[in-house]
Amino acid sequence: MIRIEVGSADFDIGVETAKVAGQGGGAIASFVGQVRDDGNLQSLELEHYPAMTDKALRKIAETALSDWPLHAVTIIHRVGTLSVGENIVLVVTGSDHRGAAIEACSFIMDKLKTVAPFWKKETRTDGAAKWVEERASDVDASEKWQK
Amino acid sequence: MDRSLDIVYFAWVRERLGTDQEHVQLGDGIETISDVLDMLVARSDVYADIFADIAKLRFALDQDYGVPASPIGSARELAIFPPVTGG
Repeated sequence: MIRIEVGSADFDIGVETAKVAGQGGGAIASFVGQVRDDGNLQSLELEHYPAMTDKALRKIAETALSDWPLHAVTIIHRVGTLSVGENIVLVVTGSDHRGAAIEACSFIMDKLKTVAPFWKKETRTDGAAKWVEERASDVDASEKWQK
Repeated sequence: MDRSLDIVYFAWVRERLGTDQEHVQLGDGIETISDVLDMLVARSDVYADIFADIAKLRFALDQDYGVPASPIGSARELAIFPPVTGG
């Protein structure tokens, strides 16, 4: 069971975790990414490529489902303007055992960061705006899953 | 045969070009993503500047990742954008 959501609306972690738990198994892993306060960040603008986003996220979820014994995968990613402390992304995985749930959750986040067509633009408190650049550590984390 | 392609741009590529999409006719000999880039670069310095370092760009044909050498084939949409930074 795969659930993909991309939009401006916020998500409720408790509700989403319960939905995955309801699909069976007793091991639920989740990751929440939020806008990090690094000192003078005002907000983030999240842009995406709508025609490709759903396809890319679904492919990542399908790979996770074929590589780990999962009952359910939920991926929610927000777009638009987000302030410091707001939720950006949620991944929830459900399995019979924690190893598979935690590993698959980590895999999905690593792939999402390097494959899913989202772009972040930072606006600082002084009004300066800048597109976030790709991080080598994210690319390394994604490539370590190649088997 | 009439061959044409929609090109869509995102993030700083979109901002620097000042447009998020355009429709182009593909002439004889335009077979790969790289050929399309060369065609655009020949149009103006703005394209030449943006496409100067293609290692900093990513490409998708009909919403699947491609590389400069990928053939356009029957694809309808080429996307050009910087490395993704979601999550």
